[in-house]
Amino acid sequence: MKLLDFLRGERKKSASVAKERLQIIVAHQRGQRDQPDYMPMLERELLEVIRRYVKVEQDAINISLDRDDDCSVLELNVTLPRS
Amino acid sequence: MAKIIVVTSGKGGVGKTTSAAAIATGLALRGNKTVVIDFDVGLRNLDLIMGCERRVVYDLVNVIQGDAGLNQAMIRDKRVENLHILPASQTRDKDALTSEGVEKILDALTEDFDFIICDSPAGIERGAQLAMYFADEAVVVTNPEVSSVRDSDRILGLLSSKTRRAEQNRDPVKEHLLITRYNPSRVDGGDMLNLDDICEILAIDLIGLIPESEAVLRASNQGIPVTHDQKSDAGQAYTDTVSRLLGETVPLRFHEYQKKGLLSRVFGGGRR
Ligand SMILES: Nc1ncnc2c1ncn2[C@@H]1O[C@H](COP(=O)(O)OP(=O)(O)O)[C@@H](O)[C@H]1O
Ligand SMILES: [Mg+2]
Repeated sequence: MKLLDFLRGERKKSASVAKERLQIIVAHQRGQRDQPDYMPMLERELLEVIRRYVKVEQDAINISLDRDDDCSVLELNVTLPRS
Repeated sequence: MAKIIVVTSGKGGVGKTTSAAAIATGLALRGNKTVVIDFDVGLRNLDLIMGCERRVVYDLVNVIQGDAGLNQAMIRDKRVENLHILPASQTRDKDALTSEGVEKILDALTEDFDFIICDSPAGIERGAQLAMYFADEAVVVTNPEVSSVRDSDRILGLLSSKTRRAEQNRDPVKEHLLITRYNPSRVDGGDMLNLDDICEILAIDLIGLIPESEAVLRASNQGIPVTHDQKSDAGQAYTDTVSRLLGETVPLRFHEYQKKGLLSRVFGGGRR
C-alpha cells in the first residue's frame, strides 16, 4: 500500500488483493502440474496414517516430489502440534 | 498444411465462441482459407454467432459417424469468401466425439485450409481436451477476474501435457493470452485486475486485449461476427489480434482509461 493511501486510511484496492491471491494459488497449481496422478491420493492416505498416531490438521501436511535427472525425492513435511 | 488453433479457457462464458468467430472471420478477411469448428457437443452456439443457424444440416458427429461427408456438413459463410463453419452436434451423447474421428477430420481439412480454428467447450473434461489435443497454437481467453485467471492456468497445464505435441515430444503448443471483457475504467478504479498483472501471473505472451463492449451483444444479436463492425472498439481489437496471429507487430489499443472531457460528456462521444 502506498504511504499516502495508508495515511488516508484507505483500504487496499480489491484488484491488488486479487493479484496476491492468484499468485499464491497459481504457484501452488504449477507445483502440482508435473506430479504423477497418484499424488493427491498418496497425500490423503499418508495423512490418514499419521492421524492414527498424532492429531494434526488437514493443512499440517505438505508433500512434494522433486525430480532430478537420475532420481526423485519425495519430501514429506508434517507440522506436529506442541505436546 | 493448415495451422490448428484452439480457442480455450477452462471457465465458461468468458468469450471463447465470440473470439473463435471473430478471429476466424478476421483471418478469412485477410485472405486465409479458414474453417471454424464448434467442439461444444450438446450446446451448439457458434452457428448462431456466425449467423448460419438455419443452414445447419449435418454436423461434426454426423461426419465422424459416416452419416455425411465433410463437404456436406461444412457451411460456407455468406459474407466472407474462404470462410467455412463446421457446426457441433446437439446430441446429448458426449462420447459421440472420438479422438480418431476428430483426427480424421482434421487430417482431411489440413490439406485444403490455411487455418483451422477449434472453439472449445468450457471445462477441462473430454470435450475440452479433444478440442486442444491436435492444436499447434492455443488462444487462452481470460477475463480480468480471479476464477477465470485461475482456470486459464489449469488449461495451460493441460496444453503442456495432454496434447499431441506434448505426447510426441514435439515443439510445445504455442500459447497466446487473449484478455477479453476488459474495462479500463474499473481497472483505473482499482477494482479490476490490470493487464500487466494478468500477464505476470500467467506468464505467456499477450496476443490481444478486447475491451468490454456493447458491440459484442449487438453483433451476436444479428449473427454477424464483431470483426465486421470496424467502427467498434471490439471489432478493431479483434482485427489487431488477427494481425498479431499472422506475425505482425501491432501496438495495443483500448487498454487505457480515457477520462471523459466536457465535450465528449456533452456529446456522448467515446466508445461505441
Ligand atoms: N468483449 C465483450 N464485451 C461484452 N460482452 C462480451 C464480450 N465478449 C463476450 N461477451 C459476452 O459474454 C457472453 C459469453 O460469451 P461467449 O463467447 O459465448 O463465451 P464462451 O464461449 O466462453 O462460453 C456472451 O453473452 C457474449 O456476448
Ligand atoms: Mg462457447
